[in-house]
Amino acid sequence: MRLKEMDFSVLQQCMHCGMCLPTCPTYDTTKRERNSPRGRISLMRAIATDDLEMAEGFADEMSFCLGCLACESACPAGVDYAGLFEASRADIEEKGLNKGLGRKLVRFGTLEFLFMRPRLLRWAGRGMRLWQKLGAAKFLPARLRALERQAPEIGERFSNELIEPIEGEGKWKVAMLTGCVQDLAYAEINRDTVDVLVANGCEVHTPPVQPCCGSIHAHNGEEEMARANARRLLDLLPPDSFDVIISNAGGCGSHMRHFAKLLPNDGRAKEWDAKVRDIHEFLVEVKVRPPMAAPFEEKVRVTYHDSCHLAHGQKVVLPPRMVIDLMPGVTRVELKESDWCCGSAGVYSLTQPEQSRLLLERKAGHIRATGAKILLTANPGCHLQIQNAMPELNVLHPVTLLAKAYRNEC
Amino acid sequence: MVMIDKLTSLLGAGDVLTEQEDLVSYSFDGTATFRQLPRAVVFPRTTQEVAGCVKVCRESGTPVITRGAGTGLSGGTVPTEGAVVLCLVHMAEILEVDAANLTLRAEPGAITADIDAEAAKHGLFYPPDPGSMKISTIGGNVAENSGGLRGLKYGVTRDYVMEVTVVLPDGEVAAFGNRCVKDVAGYSMRDLFIGSEGTLGIITEVLLKLLPRPEARRTILATFASMEAAAETVSAIIAARIIPCTLEFLDQMTIRCVEDYTKMGLPTDCAALLLMETDGHPAAVADEAERMVEIARKHGAREVKTAADEAESLQLASARRSAFSALARVSPTTILEDVTVPRSCLAEMVAYIAETARKLELTVGTFGHMGDGNLHPTFLTDERNLEEMKKVHQALDLIVKKTLSLGGTITGEHGVGLAKKPWLRDQLGDVSLGLMKKFKETIDPENLLNPHKIFD
Ligand SMILES: Cc1cc2nc3c(=O)[nH]c(=O)nc-3n(C[C@H](O)[C@H](O)[C@H](O)COP(=O)(O)OP(=O)(O)OC[C@H]3O[C@@H](n4cnc5c(N)ncnc54)[C@H](O)[C@@H]3O)c2cc1C
Ligand code: SF4
Ligand code: SF4
Repeated sequence: MRLKEMDFSVLQQCMHCGMCLPTCPTYDTTKRERNSPRGRISLMRAIATDDLEMAEGFADEMSFCLGCLACESACPAGVDYAGLFEASRADIEEKGLNKGLGRKLVRFGTLEFLFMRPRLLRWAGRGMRLWQKLGAAKFLPARLRALERQAPEIGERFSNELIEPIEGEGKWKVAMLTGCVQDLAYAEINRDTVDVLVANGCEVHTPPVQPCCGSIHAHNGEEEMARANARRLLDLLPPDSFDVIISNAGGCGSHMRHFAKLLPNDGRAKEWDAKVRDIHEFLVEVKVRPPMAAPFEEKVRVTYHDSCHLAHGQKVVLPPRMVIDLMPGVTRVELKESDWCCGSAGVYSLTQPEQSRLLLERKAGHIRATGAKILLTANPGCHLQIQNAMPELNVLHPVTLLAKAYRNEC
Repeated sequence: MVMIDKLTSLLGAGDVLTEQEDLVSYSFDGTATFRQLPRAVVFPRTTQEVAGCVKVCRESGTPVITRGAGTGLSGGTVPTEGAVVLCLVHMAEILEVDAANLTLRAEPGAITADIDAEAAKHGLFYPPDPGSMKISTIGGNVAENSGGLRGLKYGVTRDYVMEVTVVLPDGEVAAFGNRCVKDVAGYSMRDLFIGSEGTLGIITEVLLKLLPRPEARRTILATFASMEAAAETVSAIIAARIIPCTLEFLDQMTIRCVEDYTKMGLPTDCAALLLMETDGHPAAVADEAERMVEIARKHGAREVKTAADEAESLQLASARRSAFSALARVSPTTILEDVTVPRSCLAEMVAYIAETARKLELTVGTFGHMGDGNLHPTFLTDERNLEEMKKVHQALDLIVKKTLSLGGTITGEHGVGLAKKPWLRDQLGDVSLGLMKKFKETIDPENLLNPHKIFD
């Protein structure tokens, strides 16, 4: 078992100070220790020392945890909650403690089948788009209909139809990761990202068929599949051929910075980790060129929602704000609890619909209070979740705004 | 009916936890190394429910351990075997702010930072600010008589408690104190409950005193080549009749860890760092800040920085605020002490701690409240290394003895709980400790509330 085999000092690092409690959305809901980071770590520790049996109670607990990593940002002692979380979920998976046939089906259909096969995923996407355009969901039984509502609306075209394998020229040779959900639902964001990179002096390499980064697998305890995907990415985009590797999705980027932990014996992994950059972080690093035009004709008020895995997983908090603030004609108002999880959290909205809904309503309330008509966020999961709940809102990626502004220059 | 059934019918099933996963997560608090599973955890929502729980537990002689946020640093909420943990986080309302009488009424589970934020809405101020204020409860603060970074000028929790409502060990409810600034009607029972660590009664409501919020604040950071120079600076400031709200220090080991962690550019070859803050009327603040800078320079400060605005103020203060965290990152187990000596002996005490650690080959960082003489020597160790843990205890023993020889106390703000119990007799002596025990026996003859804490 991973929890037992891991270096015990990782578990000991938690000094039970409780500083993470006020930032944990599940603790905030129930006020019970076991639903808090401190409580969960104590359960892991008790399992590691044989003081607690790993059983359904623990599996439920780790399913209830969003994996949002707000606790990691708050933790003064530097506890590696992400590592503990993934080890726990992998142990639970291995012991077969996850119940419910529905969940098994979702897992097989998505994690094991589609997200391991990028071409098939796109074909499935096509089928789904047709399905959505026909409005066929109304023939489904109620439970499945609910599920269908949470699925992304599939875009008209995917990244490979919008982006050439090599574009632009200049100082930096960058590899561009298109992501899975981003590619299916928001390929335009990938297009915008490439535009912005090209405008800032990059030679952008975007292989038309890319494997999933494996974050969704690691997050759900499927370590082996996560490893396989990481290897495929390293083969496709050898890190020594690029200056940086760009991700524009919070969840993928967060996972992709830790390939060395996943593949300790692969020499390329370390270099890869060092070269992965979130797009905003990279733009700020290379002193992004401020646009001379505004993205919209009229002045707009916007607000920004931090994706958990960008803010807490990658600690990228200021750069997206700095990019937004460069834009003429755009006023950004801070969103209350901007770095609280919106309840999307991978497949969380399917596995824990109740808590997911609570968080989404809380988020929507804060967004409404800002009076902004445009919400900016940099993760497809959040994008989807918030857009579905607030159809009146215009949800965009910060990079899209920047690309629009550049386009308006000429 | 058995106890658990009775508790469940009183509170409802959702507020009585008995699953193994729940018991494990309530088996410890913020203190390193203490651990014991309770029998059950209950969450009352009213004073009457608290009283009901106490009565039910009393029938079977079951001990009750009161718990707020569980951030205590002396093992105060670690259960005894078979005990019921009574957790007050669902009684967290701030009930009223009375701007005419400058008071605030709150339930015990209200979070310290929320109380000050509520006061601020009325232009008022709740000064005690323990490092844990974002999550600690006011009930826990009162039960531990917690301090904070503003002790020198503003005192500690006790100085702000006007009234407490308490559920006694027999389940009766009583209120001690009132809204009046003056009150000499009999013994001050209220003061007995403040700092009683959950051993005499369960606090279910508090009335707090507020102050007008200071209009201005100025933060200064100074570094010194020796701890003595820092200590002399502090004495000189006080001799100049300035009472800063904050006078905090870090020793060299702590400065290095903080710099490692925050990269804020602290000089790591310095022996001491002082964080000073003055607040009040803008003109007075400006004048005092200027004089403090001058005094620090005169006493050999190597570098003195004054914050230009609130943001910079917070940045400078973070050097001190992150001290504990920065040390905690270094090793798996951090043992934090809380000895306090008269202010004039502080430099001597810091030197003694460093020397003791060196002799025993231990790593220690010391920081704390220089204005209050309150030190937090923090040992960086690993609880699985039994050999080293033995040495840590040896060091603690020496430090306590030295503290007492200087006329100090074994704990300035964290309480005795389980962690400091071995040394209480050394400090108090038989007569004083005996009298303390008599109080406990009178109020809680069956030893139901938080037994075996403070003393046996
Ligand atoms: C990072 C960190 C920083 C800290 N900084 C400071 C600091 O600067 N100054 C300081 O003084 N302390 C500090 N502490 C210690 C601790 O936070 C305080 O003692 C705090 O007051 C405890 O509050 P709590 O709600 O967590 O109480 P708990 O830990 O839950 O309980 C503490 C004690 O009070 C009793 N108790 C709790 N609620 C009640 C009640 N309603 N009625 C009766 N008894 C009750 C418990 O039985 C226990 O004995 C710090 C702790 C941490 C982890
Ligand atoms: S990852 Fe999020 S939900 Fe899970 S323990 Fe941490 S803060 Fe709580
Ligand atoms: S903040 Fe960190 S050290 Fe403190 S309880 Fe949470 S995880 Fe543990």
